[in-house]
Amino acid sequence: MAEALHPSGDDRFAVLDKHLKRTHHAQDQLIETLHVAQEVFGYLSDDILMYVARALLLPPSMVLGVATFYHLFNFEAQGEHACSVCTGTACFVKGADAIVAAVRDGYAVAPGATSEDGFLTLRTARCLGSCGLAPVVVIDGNVAGHQDARSTLELIRAQARIPEEVN
Amino acid sequence: MATPIDLHEVAERELEDQARYPWRIKACGSTACQSAGAGASISTLESEVVAVGLSDSVRVMSTGCMGLCSRGPLVRVLRRGGEETMYQSVDRDVAVDIVGAVAGRGEVADANRIDRHIPFFTRQHRVVLANAGIIDPDRLASAVAHGAYSALEKAITTMTPDQVVEAIKASGLRGRGGAGYPVGAKWSLLAGASSDQKYVIANGDEGDPGAYMDRTVMEDDPHRVIEGLAIAAYATGATRGYIYVRAEYPKAVERLDRAIRAARRSRLLGRKVLGSDFDFEVQVRIGAGAFVCGEETALIASIEGRRGNPRLRPPYPTESGLFGMPSMINNVETLANIPAIVSKGANWFSSIGTDRSTGTKVFALAGDLTNTGLIEVPMGISLREIVEDMGGGVPDGKVFKAAQTGGPSGGCIPTQFMDTSVDYESLRELGSIMGSGGLIVMDEDTSMPEVARFFMEFCMDESCGKCVPCRAGTVQLHGLLDRICSGEGRPGDLGLLEELCTVVRETSLCGLGQSAPNPVVSTLHYFRDEYESLLQEAAHA
Repeated sequence: MAEALHPSGDDRFAVLDKHLKRTHHAQDQLIETLHVAQEVFGYLSDDILMYVARALLLPPSMVLGVATFYHLFNFEAQGEHACSVCTGTACFVKGADAIVAAVRDGYAVAPGATSEDGFLTLRTARCLGSCGLAPVVVIDGNVAGHQDARSTLELIRAQARIPEEVN
Repeated sequence: MATPIDLHEVAERELEDQARYPWRIKACGSTACQSAGAGASISTLESEVVAVGLSDSVRVMSTGCMGLCSRGPLVRVLRRGGEETMYQSVDRDVAVDIVGAVAGRGEVADANRIDRHIPFFTRQHRVVLANAGIIDPDRLASAVAHGAYSALEKAITTMTPDQVVEAIKASGLRGRGGAGYPVGAKWSLLAGASSDQKYVIANGDEGDPGAYMDRTVMEDDPHRVIEGLAIAAYATGATRGYIYVRAEYPKAVERLDRAIRAARRSRLLGRKVLGSDFDFEVQVRIGAGAFVCGEETALIASIEGRRGNPRLRPPYPTESGLFGMPSMINNVETLANIPAIVSKGANWFSSIGTDRSTGTKVFALAGDLTNTGLIEVPMGISLREIVEDMGGGVPDGKVFKAAQTGGPSGGCIPTQFMDTSVDYESLRELGSIMGSGGLIVMDEDTSMPEVARFFMEFCMDESCGKCVPCRAGTVQLHGLLDRICSGEGRPGDLGLLEELCTVVRETSLCGLGQSAPNPVVSTLHYFRDEYESLLQEAAHA
């Protein structure tokens, strides 16, 4: 086994450390640092927040305060797949609510949460800026326009490679 | 230190290089077309050109937004000598047909051709979006060939900073973020501030749901934003700049970063810009999903790595802003106008639009319209021209009900005001605002109280919580609207709604709270009967 690059034994910290070094541990880079941490670890656990606080010499309360202020930071493990439904004005006018309801009921998952089996995270997004294609959903990073409840559920199945249920 | 770029030489070389190809195929690679499948059609175009053996005479390039997003993926085919054809809904099969047509074998079905003479295109006046859909945003030379940085060169080599500020004042340019504050006046405030360190900041935190003008400019013509910011810095004595972009726009961040690196290598940024004594460094900063960060004091807090809470003004940022230094925040679209004003002159700019609202405005057309997408129109155009002529009217035989501008801070414009001129003052008189440029059309089926509830839910979620009127007021307003919309309204609810709107508007700390009641006030004003019939239904239930 290759030797770990980071003393913690978790090489993901090495990526975070590289970013911290590149930005000279600047305190005003806190938001960027949290972005990098989330990208590397998937979500911001208490340990990670504490690690960032120590690295930037900031009080943990401030790091937690900043992290919880912004919508894009997650504090829990994310599902295997992610479905974001745009709920911007154009998508609202075109019926995004029905899509959110269908995914919520279909996978028993509340918006903003992950299904109990860890399969799917459902999010509602602020405008994604593809209003010409409303309603828009993003499944595992792939943007799809002109969606409705049925096509969205199909996309999720296709993404997860789950064959259509046979009745 | 690298020698400064010779803009003319680079432009000439690039144009010569382009002229080597008798055919050029430009495919829109912007987010909207990507989500309609542009990725597959672009790779098909590329592989087909090779397959038919035309690599030497046909050049395929990926460009930015061509505007008519609802019909994407869009592709334009240009033949040396001028002839140009535009295609819509280009999937793999159509892409094969397009290359076949270029090779002289077969034709593309008429259903995939777009008539460039429809009002959607002909009524536009492109200043900010002049290069969108034309240049390759990832190549500096491509932008330079279309005039990028010539205005910066002109300002630095032939104008004093004061002259630049005067030109912007004379142009009558007003802030495109929504409020419409005169840009020249803001610039002279920063120019007049004495400090060793000043900052200029581009506000790319486009949070208004339904609007994507700024994203398009940043993605499709990043050099225009950088150039505008550099001119602002030169005119005001700033030496550092930030471009604050919302995290939901990763492609804009990537392109701006790449553009900044390319500009720095060519000495268009950094120390001694273009060999002059002007130093200017730019950095991109990423938001993390907070609508309030579009407010300038909140944006400053966010760049400093803090919670995006706004603070009381004064002191205004031009006195005490980023890191306590004099700073100026301009919207991305505002800055994108600057190079054209410096190049073509203030008189040229003020000849477009109306007396008090000069220039053009980019709108994101969305909702119940035949043609949705991005348009840039001269100020003073009527709403009817935008909706009926350019937008192609409401589809499916439905009737137009209202257009909403300004998003959660704006209001709606009902059908009897369709002939209103689209400018700052006229829209304000109708109880709406110009806003950042979202224009959402709603047909007869839309319930206006529900629209009001939608925007109030947005404001409630986005309230930063610092001041009570906004934090608690938006929750109460949303509760009331929710009660009314779900048929449980009580007599007197409308009076309560109005009173609460006044309190929140008058006493909130920042623009978010002060304008949050606007969609409610506006729908109550024009569509009170809808609220009343919901209350009557509740009374009879």
